[in-house]
Amino acid sequence: MPSLKDLRARIRSVKNTQQITKTMKMVAAAKVRRARNACEAAQPYAQRLNNVLGNLAAATSSGPLLLTGRDEVKTVRLIVLGADRGLCGGFNANLHRGTVTEIEKHLANGKKVEVFAVGRKARDSVRITHRDLLVGERTDVSKDIGFELAEEIALEALTDFEAGACDEVHILFMECVSMLTQLPRSQQLVPFAPSEEQLASTSTFEYEPSEGEILETLLPKNVKTQVLNAMLNSAASEQAARMTAMDNATRNAGEMIQNLTLEYNRSRQAAITKELIEIISGAEAL
Amino acid sequence: MKFELVTPEKLFTSQEGIAYVHAPGSQGDLGVLPGHMPLIATLKETGTVMIRDEEGQETTYDVSGGFMEITPTSVTVLAEKASEL
Repeated sequence: MPSLKDLRARIRSVKNTQQITKTMKMVAAAKVRRARNACEAAQPYAQRLNNVLGNLAAATSSGPLLLTGRDEVKTVRLIVLGADRGLCGGFNANLHRGTVTEIEKHLANGKKVEVFAVGRKARDSVRITHRDLLVGERTDVSKDIGFELAEEIALEALTDFEAGACDEVHILFMECVSMLTQLPRSQQLVPFAPSEEQLASTSTFEYEPSEGEILETLLPKNVKTQVLNAMLNSAASEQAARMTAMDNATRNAGEMIQNLTLEYNRSRQAAITKELIEIISGAEAL
Repeated sequence: MKFELVTPEKLFTSQEGIAYVHAPGSQGDLGVLPGHMPLIATLKETGTVMIRDEEGQETTYDVSGGFMEITPTSVTVLAEKASEL
């Protein structure tokens, strides 16, 4: 049975923890709102770029390498977008599970896999399970999520693609389905894979310069944009996951405090009763 | 005519009632009036886009790494970076 002093100390410690988790929850709530807004603000550009590209891809059959890809795919590059920090529930674990599934899928198809990890947590978990596949990393990203960072990551992949180091580039990130659900999602960046409806769209546009040349300039832009979108989405997911996790933690701590307080009061009462009995029986003995 | 300037991070500006757009196309400057034929053109690496509304009020934007989509009723400039001058 813990002494009264021990109980008091535990209650205080749980209260402190609760204060931290509560603050983290509120900070995450503010950040998730900002992240979601950024995510939405990035939609117009991505949508328009996608439309134009769809039109172009439908109009031209022989395009640049970024559109047609290489005939033989030997190496697949995976860009994994993760978090820098933990304490966000299953976010990092789920992402890693998704990564492993994806890696195994490509390996089973007889391809070589390379992983480029973004975010400290993502890098750490890839290091543990697939150390030999890790070809690059970028950590401390939370501060500078934005177009410049997306550009940097995209350019690195594009350079390697053009040099022939990899033949396909996929990006893996946690998609923010809702505030409560985040699921790992993989997207093909290179070669450009237009959706059915994009191919079906008919355009009446004139192009200046030619279709081919425009494609040449737009395809790298599209990769950057997709990386940016994935990054913004992943950031929103991270904060949403953290918010939910911290909300749960705060509630758990509240429950613990209640139970501990109950126990504390009981043992205090027990001690008082015991003392009273001692006094009374002492008096009776006289 | 509607004018929109979009960057990867946000919709930079969206305005109705534009009478004229002047943009630095990669093959030479483009002046766009309402009713222009549908055109997709790339822009110079860096340059300025000028728009004039129906009252003759002019606004200039610095853009870099962009392209534009022109339809008879709208002009959309998609640029990697943009700022108002």
